[in-house]
Amino acid sequence: MSVILVFLLVIVGFAGWWLSHQRLMAKPWLEQGVIGDIIGPEGSTLPTAKIGLGVFLAVVGCLFALFTSAYLMRMALSDWQALPLPRVLWFNTGVLVLSSIALQCASVAARRGQIDTVRLGLVTAGLTALAFLVGQLVAWRELTADGYLLTANPANSFFYLITGMHGLHILGGLVALSRTTAGAWNGAPPERLRLSVELCAMYWHFLLFVWLAIFALLAGWAATFIEICRQLLT
Amino acid sequence: MAIALVLVLVVVGSVLFHFLSPWWWTPIASNWDYIDNTIIITFWITGVVFAAVVLFMAYCVFRFRHREGNQAAYEPENKRLEWWLTIVTAIGVTAMLVPGLFVWNQFVSVPSDATVVEVVGQQWQWSFRLPGKDGKLGTSDTRNVSPENPLGVNASDANAQDDVVVEAADLHLPVGKPVKMLLRSIDVLHDFYVPEFRAKMDMIPGSVTYFWFTPTKTGTFQVLCAELCGQGHPLMNGVVMVDTPEDYLAWLGEQQTFAQLSAPQQVGSAE
Amino acid sequence: MVDITPADAVPPAEVAEMELYHPHSWWTKYVFSQDAKVIAIQYSATATAIGLVALVLSWLMRLQLGFPGTFDFISPEAYYQFITMHGMIMVIYLLTALFLGGFGNYLIPLMVGARDMVFPYVNMLSYWIYLLAVLVLASSFFAPGGPTGAGWTLYPPQAIMTGTPGGQDWGIILMLVSLILFIIGFTMGGLNYVVTVLQARTRGMTLMRLPLTVWGIFTATVMALLAFPALFVACVMMLFDRALGTSFFMPAIVEMGEQLQHGGGSPILFQHLFWFFGHPEVYIVALPAFGIVSDLISTHARKNIFGYRMMVWAIVGIGALSFVVWAHHMYVSGMHPYFGFFFATTTLIIAVPTAIKVYNWVLTLWRGDIHLTVPMLFALAFIVTFVNGGLTGLFLGNVVVDVPLSDTMFVVAHFHMVMGVAPILVIFGAIYHWYPKVTGRMLNEAMGQFHFWVTFLGAYLIFFPMHYIGLMGVPRRYHELTATTVMTESAHDLNAFISIMAFIVGFAQIVFLFNLIWSIRHGREAGGNPWRATTLEWQTPETPPAHGNFGKELPIVYRWAYDYSVPGAKEDFIPQNMPGSFESSREPA
Repeated sequence: MSVILVFLLVIVGFAGWWLSHQRLMAKPWLEQGVIGDIIGPEGSTLPTAKIGLGVFLAVVGCLFALFTSAYLMRMALSDWQALPLPRVLWFNTGVLVLSSIALQCASVAARRGQIDTVRLGLVTAGLTALAFLVGQLVAWRELTADGYLLTANPANSFFYLITGMHGLHILGGLVALSRTTAGAWNGAPPERLRLSVELCAMYWHFLLFVWLAIFALLAGWAATFIEICRQLLT
Repeated sequence: MAIALVLVLVVVGSVLFHFLSPWWWTPIASNWDYIDNTIIITFWITGVVFAAVVLFMAYCVFRFRHREGNQAAYEPENKRLEWWLTIVTAIGVTAMLVPGLFVWNQFVSVPSDATVVEVVGQQWQWSFRLPGKDGKLGTSDTRNVSPENPLGVNASDANAQDDVVVEAADLHLPVGKPVKMLLRSIDVLHDFYVPEFRAKMDMIPGSVTYFWFTPTKTGTFQVLCAELCGQGHPLMNGVVMVDTPEDYLAWLGEQQTFAQLSAPQQVGSAE
Repeated sequence: MVDITPADAVPPAEVAEMELYHPHSWWTKYVFSQDAKVIAIQYSATATAIGLVALVLSWLMRLQLGFPGTFDFISPEAYYQFITMHGMIMVIYLLTALFLGGFGNYLIPLMVGARDMVFPYVNMLSYWIYLLAVLVLASSFFAPGGPTGAGWTLYPPQAIMTGTPGGQDWGIILMLVSLILFIIGFTMGGLNYVVTVLQARTRGMTLMRLPLTVWGIFTATVMALLAFPALFVACVMMLFDRALGTSFFMPAIVEMGEQLQHGGGSPILFQHLFWFFGHPEVYIVALPAFGIVSDLISTHARKNIFGYRMMVWAIVGIGALSFVVWAHHMYVSGMHPYFGFFFATTTLIIAVPTAIKVYNWVLTLWRGDIHLTVPMLFALAFIVTFVNGGLTGLFLGNVVVDVPLSDTMFVVAHFHMVMGVAPILVIFGAIYHWYPKVTGRMLNEAMGQFHFWVTFLGAYLIFFPMHYIGLMGVPRRYHELTATTVMTESAHDLNAFISIMAFIVGFAQIVFLFNLIWSIRHGREAGGNPWRATTLEWQTPETPPAHGNFGKELPIVYRWAYDYSVPGAKEDFIPQNMPGSFESSREPA
């Protein structure tokens, strides 16, 4: 459970940092009147939707951290046999990076009001994300063709489970992305378009990060890394 | 008003119930009276806190109940009082935790002279295996389980041949000798629990867990399963008999070893 | 003293008018509504309905335990299905849903001075997915093989094996799917509760001016968002094991003489995941109760909550600590015994902030002006049962004391007292307290008194003696205790007594339900602020609050939530949105 605890520690760090700006030591019974204008407005100046997405990503992060914890605990048992990673995963990684870059470009363009670049970026991001999903399916087919079936070994089971879970999140993102793209063509108000492009970009970057972490985990680098950390600590 | 009276009655009733009711733990038959002592300490500390809090509350309700013209005091906090209460609480908690941890340390450190007994749980019965003259248990694996080898003992292990196998029958233990119970299951979770011994531990298929104790009283004790193991769970009873050393040796002499048990079957299958 | 006159340089923190959802038809107003208040009522009604099923199940269990052998239709299979569904429904589908989905939805926007939740559409989806989860769960009663009988902890391997009811039938699958749906639905709602508190607080509503109810629900929601994924992971993996034949949790097993296909898995891994969710879950239920009861006590004792800052810190501290105590449910699970030292220590440490909260509640009563209204009675009863249940927690948290007591009726008595009876009493108190705001009428006082006395004393008489049955060594989850030698003849009589009390307490709830329905039309008119309370939900222009909660302009908050009996003030309460200061000795002597 070490991975999830480290993850929660990061969350606690954020929460602590935020709480430390909330005057938790103040004696509220001594303060009357509107104190909003001394310490700024209640709530953050960031758009509410972004905060909402941030909280949601913390939950998603928690989910994958837990899968990682379970993976590492199950890995320590004797019947574990690592499976060879299909080469297509490297290609998929590249495609997903492209997808993230495309959305970042779209987001910059949206800020500058260049609607054509926004459209281009959104479509590129959508197509590359689709390509990523197809690539993942190819990887699954390769593995099953080579006899690495779901039930044959827990390493296989985790591979399908975790990549599948990540794929579902990408799929969900694609729904949001397609709505944003439709908005970009149907003349959504620029402010609103900008926000939704930014939200998509945020989600995409996060899922890319999750994918890189999963990739490291499935390739066995994460386990090695954790082993080194453990040795340093003891 | 009635509530103040009832709160007092709740405290008085609870305390009287604690001291006067016939429902109390079964007489202990192992060395774990340390555990009982820790429970007694905990009862005293928590009992005092419970009585104090509820009686204080009853007093407040009585004394500060609403009457015409009353006004509540204005008192946002009282740092000093809060710190005192925190410190006193911390002391009370420590007084329970520290003895608890000491006893736990004993609970998990098995004495070196403890003899080993293996308990195997399955839906819904108990079996046992004791080391033979070599003093060692042979290895085992759930994959070896078959009608001829119900405990899954590793037949190719030399240590296993003289192991005493007690399948679905009573276990006997000699009084006064520390014993380490090795716990194993071949299907689901079970939990080997003899209330008089106070100790218990889950049995997990695929791994071996343990606890230890020293039986201090001869007699017959019921084994209960304390981890839900399917619909036969409440009927998964067994018997442990704690014997004098002579009785124990007599019982041991009547038991069959793994080799003896598996030999006739091998002849049978060859025919 | 800081005294700031309101400046109108900064506009109130308005939810932009265009973002506020407006219902256009009867369907979108009352059924597919995005108004948090309607969603709250939908959540509460659904939770109560499924909770009644769980109540009936508990009667059936008590029939069997109290009068073994008398009721043939309660077979062992049926009994285990009853306990499983009773536990799961009560913990997840009733308590969690009612506190967060019910009270959270109703109270958060009103108490922080917002027009609605920040993502109303997602909020609506949350309810419908919750309803779907409940329906899937309920459907397992009609599935072949019936619902799962694995115990609410669903421990593998037995949860998915033939020896357990529903293990190889539909029961366990429906249970897992329902839990997964619940978690998805809850996450949608939870995002709303958290972000609304973060972003939609009205002007002047700093964190330290929030009522403790909001603090409790907010912290519990944050915890739930982080803890439920663990249950999600456990459910998905178990579903794979059951439906696809993987071996995440399944070791090599011989079932009824037959080798199963599984191998190598770890049942303990499931337990870690389950309790990583399961322990925070206890506080997910407890923290909203802590918050609500603080407000009830303060309002009805006409006195500010004692040690508000300490209360806030304790809530946050308990929330954080509760993530590092999970393995105290696993002391005798066979995990590495040295974990016991760590988890016993963290568990007993968490007792300190919890104790501080109790002290502060009773110290709020001290020198108060205590109105013994029905909500106040429930709050007092909560303190009694919570202190009782919390103290027995010190037995079970102290690793070595847990060894003889774990898996006995002592545990059953403990958790029913601390997270069954205590939070339910708060829910009742809260319903008596806020019903006038929701409906505009008071609940009937006589029926309320009757409901209170029977529920409080009856529940105490059920669960207090039950500890002693556990102390005798009687295990929990036994369909039959007749073959158990530690169960003496007199203990059987005690069991019968407990069962009779359970029936009495259960029937008293019918009076409560009747009261809820009867008072909608026949209750005394309540007016906007019948308890003369300070918090914002009582200051709405209409009662019940209309769509948008606060009429044309959002309230501006000038003070904390506990200005009761301020010296020098005309009334014994000053609403949070009342400007001006009241000079006097506010510093404690």
